[in-house]
Amino acid sequence: MGSGTMKPYVRPMPATWWLQRGPYVFFMLRELTSVFVAAYLVLFLVMIDRLHQGPAAYQSFLEMLKSPLAIVFHVVALAFALFHTFTWFNLTPKALVIRTGEKRVPPAAIIAPNYLAWIVISVIIGWIVVKG
Amino acid sequence: MANSTPDGTIRLEVFRYSPEKTEAPWYQTYEVPFRKDWVVLDALNYIKDQSDGSLTFRWSCRMGVCGSCGMMVNGIPKLSCAAFLRDYYPNPIRVEPLANFPVLRDLVFQLDSFIEKLKSVQPWIVRKQEKPVSEGEYLQSPAEHARYKDFSMCINCMLCYAACPVVGLEPEFLGPAAIALAQRYNFDSRDQGRSLRQEVVASHDGIWQCTFVGECSAVCPKHVDPAGAIQQAKVASTVDWFKEVLWPWGAAR
Repeated sequence: MGSGTMKPYVRPMPATWWLQRGPYVFFMLRELTSVFVAAYLVLFLVMIDRLHQGPAAYQSFLEMLKSPLAIVFHVVALAFALFHTFTWFNLTPKALVIRTGEKRVPPAAIIAPNYLAWIVISVIIGWIVVKG
Repeated sequence: MANSTPDGTIRLEVFRYSPEKTEAPWYQTYEVPFRKDWVVLDALNYIKDQSDGSLTFRWSCRMGVCGSCGMMVNGIPKLSCAAFLRDYYPNPIRVEPLANFPVLRDLVFQLDSFIEKLKSVQPWIVRKQEKPVSEGEYLQSPAEHARYKDFSMCINCMLCYAACPVVGLEPEFLGPAAIALAQRYNFDSRDQGRSLRQEVVASHDGIWQCTFVGECSAVCPKHVDPAGAIQQAKVASTVDWFKEVLWPWGAAR
């Protein structure tokens, strides 16, 4: 190709590209969930540190958690954590393909064990928290 | 072209670029007859035949097989031979060249980068040692064929490259179709070239650039699922890595 005589026009990609279509917004939200999951983990580590410091420090930390700001953060973080969980669980059949002969195991059968494991682990943790 | 009588008109806003005339592109509006059985490609051919012979675009088969008429239709990558006017009527339709490619003229874009990427994955059957023709074919069972059949449906239309924001942001990214076609041969029981392809597929510009937006699979007119191909290649490459690190004697290729 005689590219010397051509002047290809490169269209700029605006920083707001992800606002131009619904699926891109959805993708960016899924990426953003990691920030909230990480922030919650930091809070959790701080809690363990306070527990290590003694009953008074732990008690003041629990008082702090009762503030409206802390409650709003927990609600938002929970929403993002659920979004994170649902979207990634539902994507597992893309990465994991199991075949039996010519047939592919249906995606629902790949997704279901994720939810099952999630429920079982949640029940076990819930049981430990309530009984402990 | 269809024989139905027109049912009013529909407006097309078409991306124009003439390097010898202007530095920047512009949008030109055309009114074309609205016919229920017309697709965007029919409307473009009508414009070229009836009102503006300078409008430039690629097309060939008109039936979703050749993969040459891909365009952005109202911002979404589509084969213009499969985008019916009736799905947009009475609203106007904006037609642009596929996103993420340099534009040469009007709706024609430069596809050299894609061809280079495609070649780099060696999308053909690679044998360590070819057997002579006298020994016959390489046989394959239906189950072995089923393993790669979906990936083999790719028509190189490049809609997936236009849908992928990573291609737009990182032009060196190997991209969806090239990786799907690498997997098509990696999964072929007759092929022995995976380790050669891995040098490209698992490189810096390969699978690890993918952030799994997933739109490549959503726009694919042949249901190839390149997003799936890339995630499966990531899993396989991770398994390779564990084998090399934890199981050195098992990493023999």
